[in-house]
Amino acid sequence: MAGLSLNQRAAVLSIVLLAVGLLIWEAAIPAQKAVGELTEYERLTGGGAPKAGVPAPSQVIAKAWEELSNPFYDAGPNDKGIGIQIGYSIYRVLSGYLLAAIVAIPLGFLIGMSQTAFKALNPFIQVLRPISPLAWMPLALFIIQDSEASAIFVIFICSIWPMLINTAFGVAGVRQDWVNVARTHELGNLRTAFTVILPAAAPTIVTGMRISIGIAWLVIVAAEMLVGGTGIGYYVWNEWNNLDLTSVVFSILMIGVVGMLLDSAFGILQRAVAYVE
Amino acid sequence: MSKPFLSVENLTQIYPDGQGGDLTVFEDATFGVEKGEFVVILGHSGCGKSTIMNILAGLADPTSGVVKMDGFEVSGPSLDRGVVFQNYSLLPWLSTLKNVTFGVAARHPEWTKAQVIEHSKKYLAMVGLEGDVVYRKPSQLSGGMRQRVSIARAFANHPKLLLLDEPFGALDALTRGTIQDELLKIWGGTEQTVFMITHDIDEAILLADRILLMSNGPFARVAESVEITIPRPRNRTDIVEHPNYYAIRNHLVHFLGQRSKEISGKAEGSDTNRPETVHIDKTALAADGPGDAPRRLRAVNT
Repeated sequence: MAGLSLNQRAAVLSIVLLAVGLLIWEAAIPAQKAVGELTEYERLTGGGAPKAGVPAPSQVIAKAWEELSNPFYDAGPNDKGIGIQIGYSIYRVLSGYLLAAIVAIPLGFLIGMSQTAFKALNPFIQVLRPISPLAWMPLALFIIQDSEASAIFVIFICSIWPMLINTAFGVAGVRQDWVNVARTHELGNLRTAFTVILPAAAPTIVTGMRISIGIAWLVIVAAEMLVGGTGIGYYVWNEWNNLDLTSVVFSILMIGVVGMLLDSAFGILQRAVAYVE
Repeated sequence: MSKPFLSVENLTQIYPDGQGGDLTVFEDATFGVEKGEFVVILGHSGCGKSTIMNILAGLADPTSGVVKMDGFEVSGPSLDRGVVFQNYSLLPWLSTLKNVTFGVAARHPEWTKAQVIEHSKKYLAMVGLEGDVVYRKPSQLSGGMRQRVSIARAFANHPKLLLLDEPFGALDALTRGTIQDELLKIWGGTEQTVFMITHDIDEAILLADRILLMSNGPFARVAESVEITIPRPRNRTDIVEHPNYYAIRNHLVHFLGQRSKEISGKAEGSDTNRPETVHIDKTALAADGPGDAPRRLRAVNT
């Protein structure tokens, strides 16, 4: 171990932990008895039929291989490839999220620039922000009358707050010196906003965007369980109804992987706009 | 007497003191700056130097009084008045070069990108920033280098009036010396009108044509205008040997150490409120003979 760098040591440790975890998991699953070993009584009471149980990791890996080798098949409403399901979820998350960004970032700018706007809007934000996004679902379904749009609305409403608040704080916290630089160079309001305030507040704004995408991905699973039809959340629930726990565990892992990818995309964006004072 | 290039008339600044009352920071500040002149303002903290600077820059409005430049009243910031701030105020997300092109492009919107870059690089080179350094971010530069960038940005725009707000205040003494020399060098080539704030008496004598002395606040005034009778070009090692150097320095030290307190708050009762001109010249004294001495010395000690 001594000759390895910090990253290499960490990687070795991660692999060891994974292997140990998988082994314990594998060992903890009771094996199903083969039909030949059953007593007559057990056979009569249906003991020979496959039982639902928590799958062993080897089964999950086999399932993952099967699903990921053909992710985009479509064999009817209840049997679509994992790629299609995730695609639907990402489409909903991004639509709701982009709508939220279009509203939240300009509004946050306004709130950050104007004390009056901040004070006037703050009570509404404080009341609306802690509401669980799913609580909006019945109202959204009734008003919008469309489950697809309702899911997007739920994503919109949950991703708007971190972006709004962070944009407002970022803009309000821009150093007066930098604004003065813009003023002494006779930049107009719009150019000041884009060339000075936006880059100055960008790290805070992107942090808000990153928090929002994380929340949106959390919420989409729950929202799709409710609205049904398509999406990774629906897939999880559907496989639970099928008592196919291998698929459930597999899709849980996929939710984690996609969430990680979304987050790291914003991590890259965050590094791109970061600056050191 | 014709109006000076920059004329500050009866500037008064009153802030609320936080307890329902008013605090008059300075009152009836009146002075002028000629074209091409390098004027330094010296005074204790709290006398409103920075406020005067902000008013000249157009970043703040006085409670009363006017500032006229070239015959026009100053209102709001303008590219004609460049500012070098004490904390450099570089935009940290832009490279050194972009911090300068930012200003040049604002000044000359009609220029091509290549022209803007060439012009900016020329001014960065004047302050000794050449090569790869110009692509670094301000955070990768030392304090002295950052202030050089800020100075290059200001000079590159050829403002009619350059305002320096304690530009070397945050630098160590050695760096300060080098950059003062660079500032003198650039200034010597441009005939730029400069108005500068400082705390540092030696810096003021080295750089200035004239030093304005402020009495302590509240009710601060621009009390004296001391001419620096040391010929240019100056450099830091030689000026201390000039016969006028210590005479001027002692006068300034005496003012800041003692008289700025004594005369603070007192309204002089003069109609104009113009600062009293002080001319200290030992060389003239030596040439003219002792007969001239008492009158000049008296002017110093009033």
